[in-house]
Amino acid sequence: MAQEHGHQPDHETYHGHAAPHHQAPLTAYFLVFGALMVLTVLTVWVSRIDLGALNTAVAMAIAVVKALVVILWFMHVIHSPRLTWIVVISSFLWLAVLFVLTFSDYLTRHWKMS
Amino acid sequence: MSDVTLHHGAEHAAEPHGHEHHHPFLQHHFEDMGQQHEASTLGMWFFVAQEILFFGGIFAAYFVYREMYPDAWKAGSHHQNWQIGAANTVVLIGSSLTMALAVWGAQGARRKFTTLMLVLTLILGAVFVGVKGYEYAEHIHEGLFPGASFTYTEATPALTRGVELFMTFYFTMTGLHALHMVIGAGLLLYFIRRAWRGDFGPEYYGPIEIMGLYWHFVDIVWIFLFPLLYLV
Amino acid sequence: MTTTTIDDAPFIEPSTKARRNYLNDEYGVLSWLLTKDHKRIAIMYLFSVTLFFVVGGVLAFLMRLELLTPEGDMFTSDTYNKLFTLHGIVMIFFFLIPAIPAVLGNFLLPIMLGAKDLAFPKLNLLSWYIYMIGGTFGVIVIITGGVDTGWTFYTPFSTQYSNTKVFLTTMGAFITGFSSILTGLNFLVTTHRMRAPGLTWFRLPLFVWSMYATSIVIMLATPVLAITLVLLMVERVLQVGIFDPALGGDPVLYQHMFWFYSHPAVYIMILPGMAVISECVAAFTRKKIFGYKFVAFSSLAIAFLGFLVWAHHMFVAGISVYSAMIFSFLSMLVAVPSAIKVFNWTATMYKASVSWQTPMLYVLGFIGLFTIGGVTGLFLGALGIDVHVHDSYFVVAHFHYIMVGGTIMAYMAGIHYWWPKITGRMYPEWWGRLSALLVFVGFNLTFFPQFLVGYVGMPRRYHAYAPEFQVLNVLSTAGATILAVGYLLPMLYLGWSLKFGRKAGTNPWGAVGLEWATTSPPPKENFHETPVVTWEAYDYPAFLKAMRETQHV
Repeated sequence: MAQEHGHQPDHETYHGHAAPHHQAPLTAYFLVFGALMVLTVLTVWVSRIDLGALNTAVAMAIAVVKALVVILWFMHVIHSPRLTWIVVISSFLWLAVLFVLTFSDYLTRHWKMS
Repeated sequence: MSDVTLHHGAEHAAEPHGHEHHHPFLQHHFEDMGQQHEASTLGMWFFVAQEILFFGGIFAAYFVYREMYPDAWKAGSHHQNWQIGAANTVVLIGSSLTMALAVWGAQGARRKFTTLMLVLTLILGAVFVGVKGYEYAEHIHEGLFPGASFTYTEATPALTRGVELFMTFYFTMTGLHALHMVIGAGLLLYFIRRAWRGDFGPEYYGPIEIMGLYWHFVDIVWIFLFPLLYLV
Repeated sequence: MTTTTIDDAPFIEPSTKARRNYLNDEYGVLSWLLTKDHKRIAIMYLFSVTLFFVVGGVLAFLMRLELLTPEGDMFTSDTYNKLFTLHGIVMIFFFLIPAIPAVLGNFLLPIMLGAKDLAFPKLNLLSWYIYMIGGTFGVIVIITGGVDTGWTFYTPFSTQYSNTKVFLTTMGAFITGFSSILTGLNFLVTTHRMRAPGLTWFRLPLFVWSMYATSIVIMLATPVLAITLVLLMVERVLQVGIFDPALGGDPVLYQHMFWFYSHPAVYIMILPGMAVISECVAAFTRKKIFGYKFVAFSSLAIAFLGFLVWAHHMFVAGISVYSAMIFSFLSMLVAVPSAIKVFNWTATMYKASVSWQTPMLYVLGFIGLFTIGGVTGLFLGALGIDVHVHDSYFVVAHFHYIMVGGTIMAYMAGIHYWWPKITGRMYPEWWGRLSALLVFVGFNLTFFPQFLVGYVGMPRRYHAYAPEFQVLNVLSTAGATILAVGYLLPMLYLGWSLKFGRKAGTNPWGAVGLEWATTSPPPKENFHETPVVTWEAYDYPAFLKAMRETQHV
C-alpha cells in the first residue's frame, strides 16, 4: 500500500480531482420503491396471521430486508467504497453486542443452578 | 531502508487564488473536490452509525420489556391504528423515493427536477408528521399519554401499568423519530434553496447525497418502528 | 544505529525574519471565538478543561477534608452526596473525556497527518461551543444546589426520589456528549481521508492509532448514553416507570444501558493517554517503539473488547449469575491488549539511552501506576473478589490509579512534551521535574491507603466511617494536599513560560514526527508546503538527517 509520490492516499476509490460519479439508472429507484411497497403489504398481511412466537421474527426479518434494500440502493452502498460497508456493518454489529449481552442477563435470570 | 527525503509538494499551499481553477464550493483545507466529497460522505456515514446506536439503545429497552410484558405490549399495540400507520409508511417510503430521485437529479445538474423532488420530499415528510400529530392528539384524547394524564384503564392494574409503559415507549420512539424528521425538513428547506440556485452538478452534488443519507436513515428507523408498535 | 544523543538534536533557532504563526496571525477576541483553526480551538479547550479540572479538584478536596475525621462533622450527608456526585460528573464529563482528545488530539492530529486542518473545521468549533453549553449547565447545577445521585444516576432514586437538579445535570451531560461525538467523527474522517501523500497506515505515529481507536469508541458508545439519559429525563419529567420497579420498570435495565456507554467511556479516557505515552517513549528513548504493529492493533483490540465487559459494574446489582460469569471472563480478556502495550513500552526502554526530562518522568509514573490500576481491575473483574470489595474504597482506588495515575499523568506528559510546539516556548525543566515528583508522591499517598482501607471494609460514598480507618484517611488527605500543589505548580510555571520561557526551535527534543517538521509554533496552515512522507514510523536517523538537510524555517 506504500505510495511514493502524488496525491493518492492508499484507498482504491480516490479518483483524483473530481467527485466520484456513479449514476444509477432511474428505473432502479422505481424498482426499489416497488419492492418496498410489496414488502410493506407483506408485513401487514403476515401480522394478521397468528404464528405465535414467530410473528416477531418474521416481522423483523421483513423489516431487515426492507432496510437492506434502502441501504444498498437508495443510500448507494452497493456502489460505495469498502470503508462505507465496514462502517455500516460495524454499527449493526455493535448493536448486536448490546442486544445479545443484555439479553444474556434477561433470558438467564430465572435459570436454576442445579 | 527507505529513501528518505522531506519533499515539499509544490502543488498547493502558496498558490494565490485564481491562479488555478478552484471550484467555487471547494473548502480550502481540502486538496480537491474529490477529497471533499469523500470526506463529507464518510462523515455523514459515521453520523448515521452513531444514530443507529442511539435508536438501537431504545429498541433494546423496548425488546426487554416486550419479552417481560407480552400481553401489555399486545394490548398497547391494539390502541394504534395500523391502517394509518401503514399509510404513513407508504408516504415515508415515497419520500425516500423522491429523495433518491433528487440526488439523481443533482448528479445530472437537472436544476428544476432536483428542486421539484426535494419539494415533494418535504411535502411527503410534512404529511407524515401531520398524520403523527393527529395520532398523538387521538391518543391524548383517549387518556393514553403516560404520566399524570394517563387515565385509560385496562382489565387489570398490571395490564394498565404495562400499557402505560408501552405508550411511554411509543411516544418516546416516535417522538424522537418525528424530531429527526422535523430537523430533516429544516435541512430540506435549505437544500431546496440551494438546488433552485443551481449549485449542484456532476462536479458537486455531495451535500444532496448526504441529505439523502440522513433522510433514508430516518426512513429505516420507521421501517422498524411500524411493525414493532402497530403490529404486535 | 545512531549514537546521537538528545543534545545533538538540531536546535534550530527561529529565523530572524518576521514569522507569522497561528498565534499571531490574527488578533482580537472574535478571531479566537469564531476561529476554524484546529490549533486555536485546542487552546480554547485547554482553558476550559483546566477550569473544570480546578472545580473538580476543589470538590475532591472538600471531600478529603470531611474524611479527616470519622464523624460526618463538616458537611451533612446530603451535601457530601452532592460533593462526590459533582466531583465525578465534572471530572469525567468535563475534564477526562475531552482533555487529551480535544486539547492534544485537536492540535496534533492534522499536523501529524500532514493536513491543513481537520476534515470539518466548523464542526470542530461547534464541538467546543456545545461543550461550553453543557459545561454551563454543570455550573448552573453547582450554583443552584447541586445533584446527589452519584455520577451514575441510578434509578429509581434519580428519577423518583432525589430532590436535586437531576434533569439539568442529565441535560448537561447529554449536550456534552454531542461535543464528544463530533470530535470523534472529525478525527475518524480526517485520519481516513486526509493523510499526506506517502503516509500509509503503518507509517502513522501510534498517537494517531490510539486516537482513532478512541474515536471509534466515542462514536459507538456515546449515543447509547444519550438515549439512556433521554429515557431518564422522560421518566423524571412524566413520572412514569421506565426504570422504576414500583411501576413495572427494571432499574437494572437502566444500569445495562448506562454502563454500555460508561465502561467504554473509561477506554475513551485511557486510550488517548496511551497515545501520548507511545509518542513520549519513542521520543525519550530515541527508538522506534518495540512491536509497533502490536501496539497499533492493541488500541483497536481495546476499543472492541471494551464493549463486551460492561456488566462487571453490575455483579451485585441483580443480574443473572450466568451473565455475570460471561462478563467476568470477558473482563479478563480486555486486560490483555493493555498489557501488550505496557510490555512493548518497557521493551522499548530496555537498553535504550533514556533521557529523563519532565515528560518522561510522567511516562514512568504512568507505566507503573497504570499497571497497578489495571491489575486491581482484574481483581475486581473476578466475581468472588468483587462481591467483597464492590462499592468500597478499593474500587475508588482502582479507578483513580487508572484515571489520575494513568490518564492525568499522560496528559501532563503530553502538555509538557508538546508545549514548545504549541507555544514556541520551553517550560522551566527543574520546576517541571519537581512538580512531577510532587504529583507522583502526592498521588500514591492519596490513593494507596484507599486500597487498604477499602479492602478492610470502608464503603465509598459515605461521609462518615468507622474510627479504625482514620489513620489511613488522614494519610490520604495529606497526599491530596501534596497532589494539589503538584498540579498547581505547572499552571503557574507554564503560564510564566509564555512570556519568559526559552524560545523553542522546530524540534527541541529531536523527535520523529510531522509535528516536528514544522515551526514552533506552527503556521496557520500547519506547513508552508504540503509534506510528502517517505520515512517509516519513528525512523530516527533518516528523519533527523532529512531535517538537517531540508529545513527552511
